[in-house]
Amino acid sequence: MSALCENRALVVPGDVLYEGRIRTGENTYRNQGKVSATRVGLVDYGRGMVSVIALEAGFSPLVGDLVVGNVTDIELGQWLVNIDAPSEAVLNIPDAIDAPFRSDIVMPEILDVGDTLVAKIVDMDRRRTPIISILGKGLGKVEEGFIKRLTPSKIPRLIGKKGSMVNMILKETGCNIVIGQNGRILIQGKTREQEMMVVRVIDKIEREAHISGLTNRVQEYLRKLKEENN
Amino acid sequence: MASRGGIVSRLKRKKIQEVVAEGKRMDGRGLEDYREFVVKTGVMEKSEGSAEVKLGKTWVVAGVKVGVGTPFEDTPEMGVLMCNAEFTPVAHPTFEPGPPDEESIELARVVDRGLRSAEILDFKKLALVPGKLVYLVHVDLYVLNYDGNLIDASALAAIAALKTAVKPVHKVKEGEIEATGKKESLEVLKEPVAVTMVKIGDSLIVDPSADEEEVMDLRLTITLEKDGSICTIQKSGSEGLTMEDIQKAVKIASEKAAENRKLIAGKADA
Amino acid sequence: MSKRKKKTKEKRFDGREPNEIRPIKIESGVLPNADGSAYIEMGKNKVVVGVFGPREMHPKRLSKPNMATLRCRYHMAPFSVDPRRSPAPSRRDNEISMVMRYALEPAVFLERYPRSAIDVYAEVLEADGGTRTASINAATVALVDAGIPMRDLVSSCAAGKIDDMLVLDLGDYEDKEGQADVPVAYMPKLGKVTLLQMDGVLSPDEFEKCVSLAIDGCNRIYEIQREALKKKYGLTEEEVKE
Repeated sequence: MSALCENRALVVPGDVLYEGRIRTGENTYRNQGKVSATRVGLVDYGRGMVSVIALEAGFSPLVGDLVVGNVTDIELGQWLVNIDAPSEAVLNIPDAIDAPFRSDIVMPEILDVGDTLVAKIVDMDRRRTPIISILGKGLGKVEEGFIKRLTPSKIPRLIGKKGSMVNMILKETGCNIVIGQNGRILIQGKTREQEMMVVRVIDKIEREAHISGLTNRVQEYLRKLKEENN
Repeated sequence: MASRGGIVSRLKRKKIQEVVAEGKRMDGRGLEDYREFVVKTGVMEKSEGSAEVKLGKTWVVAGVKVGVGTPFEDTPEMGVLMCNAEFTPVAHPTFEPGPPDEESIELARVVDRGLRSAEILDFKKLALVPGKLVYLVHVDLYVLNYDGNLIDASALAAIAALKTAVKPVHKVKEGEIEATGKKESLEVLKEPVAVTMVKIGDSLIVDPSADEEEVMDLRLTITLEKDGSICTIQKSGSEGLTMEDIQKAVKIASEKAAENRKLIAGKADA
Repeated sequence: MSKRKKKTKEKRFDGREPNEIRPIKIESGVLPNADGSAYIEMGKNKVVVGVFGPREMHPKRLSKPNMATLRCRYHMAPFSVDPRRSPAPSRRDNEISMVMRYALEPAVFLERYPRSAIDVYAEVLEADGGTRTASINAATVALVDAGIPMRDLVSSCAAGKIDDMLVLDLGDYEDKEGQADVPVAYMPKLGKVTLLQMDGVLSPDEFEKCVSLAIDGCNRIYEIQREALKKKYGLTEEEVKE
């Protein structure tokens, strides 16, 4: 029974991480008494289990996730919304308007193809289709701002421990930021300079998410950008 | 080019219009600035000529193949030039594999017209046995990544590849040809350069990104030769141009074409 | 008409040893719009592979209820060969597309993404014998780059026979003039062959030797694929401080 790699070593799919009994975490699989990696990332042997912190992973929707999406189609009683997941998400009318059913509802007047929205995943149906809702504080159609993308697996680095990273960015730039777990970030600033600072910081996180000391580097970087602007 | 499927993001259009109205662009460029434009020639050995162009994140490869075959019926004494463009499915999530659609055909034709109007080849000289055997010059444009302005990138890739291309030397004997195994330069006489602009609101902006093409009102490409003469124009999009727009566009294009022409020679390290 | 190229005893027409593979270069993450991508040079072969997915599959009626559909497309640029070829897909293109899928499917956790599609597009920019193995090698790196969960990497190499000599990694000339060609794809950690084809004539003993030789080639290529995947994250903290 043994760990076969150094903690935090870079592993690729198929690399054998552990032989013997152990609890397995994400991005691993068991095969004939061995635990192997399923994605490229950093192996972690903490907390009595073996897992891989993936450096590349698509968005895997989970109930409770906040997502930013765009409407791609309108069907009877529901909108289809692209949230960069393996399946398109579904928004049913009762999850979009908080009112009893009316037969004269014109769906495009509420949300049309091409609209951007902030939603929460409230359910996954039997076929793993994410069901979303825009009822709730901070949710709904987006009228201002623009979307910047970040690899979904790096979103936690943008948020930081207990929001430390994103709060620092909000404070230093004065922008409003909504972070979609699906790798889409909505940015609204008062000036273009402020918005560009957020864009540059997100680019930096995209490049350096896997290198420790990120929070300090971003703080330093923001300071430098602010100086450039003045 | 609106996003494939015709869906334009309302939010994106609104934001880009606001930013452009302030004289700025989403990536921080000026309205008349090109993105980083890099050209490398001689990148592929099996082609008689080749070039790779990166314009921002747009990535196009051009391959020139020179063979011998029968001329067109209506021009029996002239060599043949043909341009073809492939929008490969790796270039964008909405690109599907399949035969060329109207956008890739338009790209091939705009690049072709730019080369033809500029008379880059002496077609009569490319006839080996007039009426029977001529040189066939194929330019194939391969789009590997789409982030706007395929025309300028492809046109430059085409001319850079042609300029550095060779043709197999054939001996002509009694109406037949014999390969000699030698190669000589294709002899490209001119250097047409395309400059593409889009209009968003009241502003003309140069070298549109994919987002800017998605929300544009119209697109205008002007191709110019080294002596400043205009050899091709292509307008697409649903809105109209004012006379003032056209004059301004010609002025911008003349300036930018001269700058971009310097890239044709390509970088030494292929 | 072929021209037999002179070779010195025990060396091949390009000077290689019988079990020498051509120089290989692999880079991951080269296509900004793809979910995952890789570029490979294997000798003079140049292939770009882009991966999209898992994503919604259209048309929906063709999707599988319990797993993702892996769709592979192998395509050659008109200027990739001499003489120029038509851009339209040929029967060989279709066969290689299928063969790529057979090689890669066993390694991908398709059952985690029911009803969706994973699209793998290989674009050959220059061909010089062995483009199917080059495409499979790059496709593997692209799939990992896309974050698609896999059981193992898939490495691919061809062995064969030319001038009564068993050789590894056949070039274009050897492909065309040789006596046999055995392309193999292999999952190195799991020790399983996922693609096995043969063209030509070999005795059973020669065939076994070829497969062994090809697997040896696959193992060597595997190391190059690993390096390519790790290279992207190679920056140290010192290098990051501007």
